[in-house]
Order: sequence, then structure tokens, then C-alpha cells
Amino acid sequence: MSNLSLIVVLLVLLALGYQFGTRRSRSIATVNPNLRMHSRPHHYGMMVGLWAVLPAFFILLLWLWLSPAVINAMMISALPTDISAQSTEQLRVVTQRINNLANNFGVVADAAPWELQAAEHFRQLKANSALVLTALIAVIAAVGMLFGLLKITPALKARHQVERVVKSLLVLCSTVAILTTIGIVLSMVGETLKFFSYIPPTEFFFGTTWNPRFSTVGVGEQGSFGLVPLLAGTMMISAIAMLVAIPLGLMVAVYLAEYAPYRLRNIAKPAIEVLAGIPTIVYGFFALVTVGPFLRDLGNTFGLTISATSALTAGVVMGIMIIPFISSLSDDIITQVPKTMRDGSLGLGATKSETIIKVVLPAALPGIVGAVLLAASRAIGETMIVVLAAGNSPALTANPFEAVSTVTVTIVNQLTGDNDFSSPQSLVAFALGLTLFVITLLLNVMALVIVRKYREQYE
Amino acid sequence: MTIIAENPIKSVAAPSQVQQKVIASLRKRHRKEKLFRSLGLSAVLISLALVALLFINIFAKGIPAFWQSAITLDIYFDPKIINVPQKPVQQADESDNDFRQRDLAWQNQVGFVNFNRLIADSLQKVLPDAAKHRRDLGRVVTSGERFALRDMVVADPSVIGQTHTLHLLTDANIDVWLKGNIDRSLPDNQQQLSPKMREWVQSLSEQGIIQNRFSLALFMNADSRSSLASAGLAGAFMGSFYMMLVVIVLAVPMGVAAAIYLEEFAPRNRLTDLVEVNINNLAAVPSIVFGLLGASVLIGWFNLPMSAPIVGGLVLSLMTLPTVIIATRSTLKAIPPSIRQAALGLGASKMQAIFHHVLPLAIPGILTGAILGVAQALGETAPLLLIGMKSFVASVPASPFDQATALPVQIYLWQGNELRNFFEARTSAAIIVLLMMMISLNGMAIWLRKKYEKRW
Repeated sequence: MSNLSLIVVLLVLLALGYQFGTRRSRSIATVNPNLRMHSRPHHYGMMVGLWAVLPAFFILLLWLWLSPAVINAMMISALPTDISAQSTEQLRVVTQRINNLANNFGVVADAAPWELQAAEHFRQLKANSALVLTALIAVIAAVGMLFGLLKITPALKARHQVERVVKSLLVLCSTVAILTTIGIVLSMVGETLKFFSYIPPTEFFFGTTWNPRFSTVGVGEQGSFGLVPLLAGTMMISAIAMLVAIPLGLMVAVYLAEYAPYRLRNIAKPAIEVLAGIPTIVYGFFALVTVGPFLRDLGNTFGLTISATSALTAGVVMGIMIIPFISSLSDDIITQVPKTMRDGSLGLGATKSETIIKVVLPAALPGIVGAVLLAASRAIGETMIVVLAAGNSPALTANPFEAVSTVTVTIVNQLTGDNDFSSPQSLVAFALGLTLFVITLLLNVMALVIVRKYREQYE
Repeated sequence: MTIIAENPIKSVAAPSQVQQKVIASLRKRHRKEKLFRSLGLSAVLISLALVALLFINIFAKGIPAFWQSAITLDIYFDPKIINVPQKPVQQADESDNDFRQRDLAWQNQVGFVNFNRLIADSLQKVLPDAAKHRRDLGRVVTSGERFALRDMVVADPSVIGQTHTLHLLTDANIDVWLKGNIDRSLPDNQQQLSPKMREWVQSLSEQGIIQNRFSLALFMNADSRSSLASAGLAGAFMGSFYMMLVVIVLAVPMGVAAAIYLEEFAPRNRLTDLVEVNINNLAAVPSIVFGLLGASVLIGWFNLPMSAPIVGGLVLSLMTLPTVIIATRSTLKAIPPSIRQAALGLGASKMQAIFHHVLPLAIPGILTGAILGVAQALGETAPLLLIGMKSFVASVPASPFDQATALPVQIYLWQGNELRNFFEARTSAAIIVLLMMMISLNGMAIWLRKKYEKRW
């Protein structure tokens, strides 16, 4: 919390620096009325504020990053020699205990006197560190502000300096998106490689049984990590979803773009798009308590056994979810097809439906394919509907009426929420995640390229 | 077909063979046209019906859960049972800390009072044959209500010795029975209530002592496992609130800044092309992948706390960032270049032109995009499951660093509760709350767009 208050203090300093800088630039301007100041007063103010805050902030970040390790090392060096000589793994346990003691959390068993002593030392070090940090930041901020104030002269290009800082801030923000991608790829590749040190990749990619067992069972029973049944489940559910969504979504798009009167279109389009905004957990619940039992009863009347949680249930509900993706993307694309093409066809005597089927849709096809690919990638990565409604049974089956499991469901099941990523049972989640990432990435890139190419064609 | 019937050719002479062929094929083509058209209309109607079905289904299930059966009892705060000393008063020479210690010790003592006996005693007054069925007697009022009584005593010790008329929540199973969510004709061994209990509940509800009352517990309490009837959404709501706060503080300014750079400053080259493709991709990456990122990087490397809204907020921020960037960029793109040129022509720097002239015009569009991004983050579940937010938390988080769940995760947890016939309704109620929040966010976005939309 003290770090937060430090940041608040820095913000206050920013405001103060701004005030001082503005005032000083004004007084300089009044003292030398025949000199033109290069920038507006608020630029000087901003510059002083930045001089006060930026170096201090930088030091703060550096301190927060480095100080825990330094404090730890100092604490360990003060421990009795027989303990500090232990292996790093044991030392980690020791420091964890001392950390807990210092924070007044409970520890297992009674604390030894040297542990209490170390905890006291640790607390002392931390308090000292906070004190030194505060003092350091105060000094640096004061020096920075003074430096900034002294720098103010009529010739100083304060605006350029401020704008350069703002621009680099903008650049920094736009790199976050790239850093996110890099972070995703690096972290997942790292953990996946760790996983492949337990299980060879061929076994993972081509294995046909999924039975990871529990990590507590022991090393003798390794469990089998075959991707194929999960991927098959994912594909089956996505295929069912697309079977539901493509005809419906496409027909909706065609009707709304070509036939619907203006008023119907104005009501129906946003109403259908509501479907896209509903959280997926709601669809999952809907599938579980309504669609699943309905399909099971429907199957019973036709003499079919459909389990309430099955690939069919999840697929149908996911299809409903995807309708607006396909309909609104296709709608955009269909309306982009030039009117001259329709007029040409109608002028030759074709009916409207013939025009749509033989002229408009073929012209819009690349865009529609892009929309379908995007929707498919959405279906493959969808999690909550399948977690609730697909039944979670990782068996290789071609029967859509049975329960299946998917890649996403398995990720949720394997990462049960502890941060110990050392067993293949939890590491496999990252291998699955990477597989998912690559598949959706390919679909997305393909779709984007197709859509972009198409746009250029008619623009 | 009417058009053909009025065809003048027909009235003059019998149609030739070719004409007959044409007429037949026209008939067929027009039939196809009609079929295609009705297919389109039915697709629209089916989709609208699905939207309606979803909402009607959830609302029909969830709305009854906003009212919950409660029993009206005259609770006598018997001084013999609440046998605690006077509430400590701060002495003049006592430090705040010492007083707090003493006060906590007193509260602790109050905590040991058998409040269940107070409830049981007042129940005996309305149930004449209660003494013989002690086990059932303890199960009429849900177990969490004794804490409500304790809190009353702690807040105001003068209630001791007085009688207060209170509405206490009944056990979840009684609620289920009264609402008819369980088949009443099932044999005894499949009923959740004993025969005696059912008799009591029947007579109490006929006397009006047990009534359906608006369930404040649903909104005021955190989740609970020991006292299912008093499980509420407050904890999850605060968890979601903190996460949205993080998203608003991080994702929105960062996204806007990134969009300004990419749209206004960035040179057109390979690198910015790559950034653009990357952002479009990031917007379509499955949300669960962001959860994996959070689990391995934020929790694994940076050692941030598990299940904390701060981590959830960071993950959701990364997820929303592309949405905000894309929305802001398209808004900036729509602002005519003449605005920039006018500012530049009058001697403004590029930065001034953008921050003083372009950005103010773009604010409605940016806000719309930001609100939609926040709404998307609010409904997201999957990544939160991976960073430990599916653990059971029975308290309302006081800061973004405490353990918490979120509204959608609470829905996930409740739908899995074993007491299905109680929690199905309660889950639907939670969904209604979530949907209402999302609808109001979306409504706000639409209103903003309608109000400030400008056509250049």
C-alpha cells in the first residue's frame, strides 16, 4: 500500500511542478518583456512537472524490481551458516517460512529462535528499505524539479521536450499489444517445451487416448496425453455449430440486406446482434438446463438416446451464439457488392432470388468465407458453453449424441488453479493452449487476408 | 399467377408451345422466388425467436428467486441466553488500540452465544408440538441468520431483554417446497423435508407466518455454503467491480493512447503493418489463452496473488485492449482531415492539433468503444477460472488484492451446486443481474452514439 501512496505523492508533485513551472515562466516573461518565450506557460509547467516525476518514478520502478532480491540476500547472509549453506530449494522453503513469520502469518510447527530472529531482521530490512526509498525519491524529485525550474529560459523549447515525452508514452502504449502477443507465445512455448520433456510430442499429437491421471498417483503411472480425442470433440462441436449458424446466419444476412423493409431491418438487426453480447456462461447455463433436456426428450420420442450433455447440445447452442457473427459480417459484405451488378442481372430478366444466388453471393463469397472462418475460430476457442454442456468425457467417438470433451474444457480441468506448474498434468494445459492458439491464429490470418483482399476489390 | 392471367397474349389466341414453356418456367421461377424469400424471413424469425426464448427462459426461471420465503418471528433477546458483560466503553486513559482489543474480545464473547436457542424458543411459540421434534426445529430457519442476530446485538447491546419482530430466511429446502420446485407427490425418502417439517411449513404458510419476501440476502450477502438460503452476490459483485475498475484505469487510456499513435503518428511501414495485423489477431484470440497468460506470467513469474481481482483485471485489460484500440482507431479515422489541417494551418503543432481538436471530437466514439469493451470484460468467465477465481470465497473483498470471485464465475459456481432445485433459480437470478448490467452498459453506449453521432 505504501507504494500506492508513493505514486499518489508523485502525482501531487507533478501538479506542484506544473504550478511552479507555469509561474516561473510567466515571471521570466514579465521581467524580460522584449524577449519572446518559445512555448506557452503550460508547456514549461508540464516540463518541470515531468522533470520532478519521471526520474523519481523510474527509480521507484527499479527499486521495486531489485529490492526484494537484495533484501532476501541480506537476510540469508545473516542466517546461521549451517542453514545458509543449504541447497537453493531448501533455502526457498526457509525464506518462505521467515516471510510468513515476518508478516505475522501462521507457519507449520513452532518457529525456531533463529527463525524468529531472522524474521525480525527481515522486517527491519524491509522497513529500512521503505524509508530509504522514500528519502531517495524525495531527494530525486526535489532535485529534478529544481533542475527543471532553473532550465526555464525564453529560448528553451519546452513544447518540443514535452511533446517528445508524450509521443514516447504513446509509442509505449502501442507496444503493449505486441508485448502481449510475445508474452503469450513465449510463456506458452516455454511451458510446452517443459511438458514435452515429460511426454514426447508424437505421443501428444497422435495419441488417441486421453487419461492424464492425477499428479499424486506417482511417476510409475504416467497417464496418457493424447490430443486426438480432444481435437475430435472440438471439431465435432464446431462443425455442428457451423451447421446451425451458417444457413441461419447467411439467410438472415441475405433477407435483411436484400428484402427486408427498412423498419424491420432497423429492429431485427440490433435484436439479433444482442445474441453476440450475451456472456457465454449464460449460453452454457441455457444449454445445460433447457436445450439439453429438450433434445434428450426429443430423442426419446424418436427412439434415439441423446444424453442431456452432448456434442449436439453444445454445438446447437454454440451455433445460436455464432449466428450474429456470420449475419452481421455477411450483411456488411453483401451490401458492399456494387449495385450495378444487381441491376445488370435484374435487367436481363432474372428474379431477385436468382440475382442473389447467381450474382450477389458469388461476388460476396470471399468475404463470406472470411466471416465463416472468423466464426469457426470463435467456435473452436469457445469455453464456457462446452464446459457446461458437452459432458466432459474425452472418448474418441463419432456419435454427436454422446458426451465429448474439447481442448478448452481440458485446459480448464487441468489448470485447477494452483500455481505449481511442474507436473505434466498441469503443463499439458499450456501445450493444449498453444495448439488452440496456433489453430485460431491460422484461421484468423486466413480470414483477415481474404476479407482485406475482397475489400480492396470493390473500394 | 396473376401477372400471367392478365397477359394480353392469352386472351387473343391460345399460347404457342414456346410461350407455354415460358409461362411454365416463369411459374416455377416465381415459386422459387417466393420460397427463397420466405426462407429468409423464417431465418430472421427463428433468430428473433431464439433471442426471445433465451430471455424468456432465463427470466421465467430467475425472477421467482428474487423473492424468498422468510418466517416472521418475535425474537426475545433473552438475557439468560445472551449472558455477556456490558459492551466496553473507551476509558479516558485508554489508547485506541487497547480499546479495540477489548471490544474485539467482547465481540468474540457475543459470538459464542447460542443464538439458535433464541430462534428455537420463539419458534416454539408458533409451533405447539415443537418440543418433540428438536432436530426439525433447528432446520426451519437457515443457519446463517444467527449471525444476523449476533450483528444486531453487537451493533446495539440494548436489544438484550427486548422482543423484536424479525423476518428470518427459512432453510433453502423450505423455499423449494413452498415454491413447488420439488414434486410433492414423491415418497418420503426422496423428499428433502421430513413429514413433520412439511406439516409445519404448510400450516405456517397458511397462517401467513412464512411468506415470500423480497430477498435482500441475494444482494447484500457474499456466497455461502453452510447456509445456502443466504448465499448472495455481494462478494462477486465487488470482485467484478474491482476488475472493471482495473480495466477502466488500464485498458481504456492505454488503448486510446495506442490508437492515437497508430492512427495519427505511426509511419506507414512494415512494422506498423505488423502491429495492425497483430492487434486484429489479438482481438480474435480465444479468451482462455489470456487466462493461460495470466496463470503463467502474472501468477507464475510476477508472483501476484491467486484469485485476486487485480490479476483478473490485468488479464481482462489485456483482452479488452484490442477492442478499445480498434474502436478508437475507427473513430479517429472518421474525423475529417480538414479539422487537423485547420489546426495545423493556424500554427498548432501536430500534438496540439490532435489533443486539442481531434480528440475532443472523438470522445463520444471512444467512450462507446470503451463501454462495449468493459461490457465484454464483465461477461468473460473462462480466463478467470484459470487464475484461481473459481475458489469459494465467503467474504466481500475489501480491496483488489483480496480473494474474490466475479459475477460470471459465481454463476458458474452456483450452477454446479448440488441443491439443484434451489440454485437453478438463484443462478438464473444472478444471470438476470449480470444481463441487466450488460444491457445498461450497452444501452449507455447506444445512447452516447445516438446523441453525439455526427455525420461529416
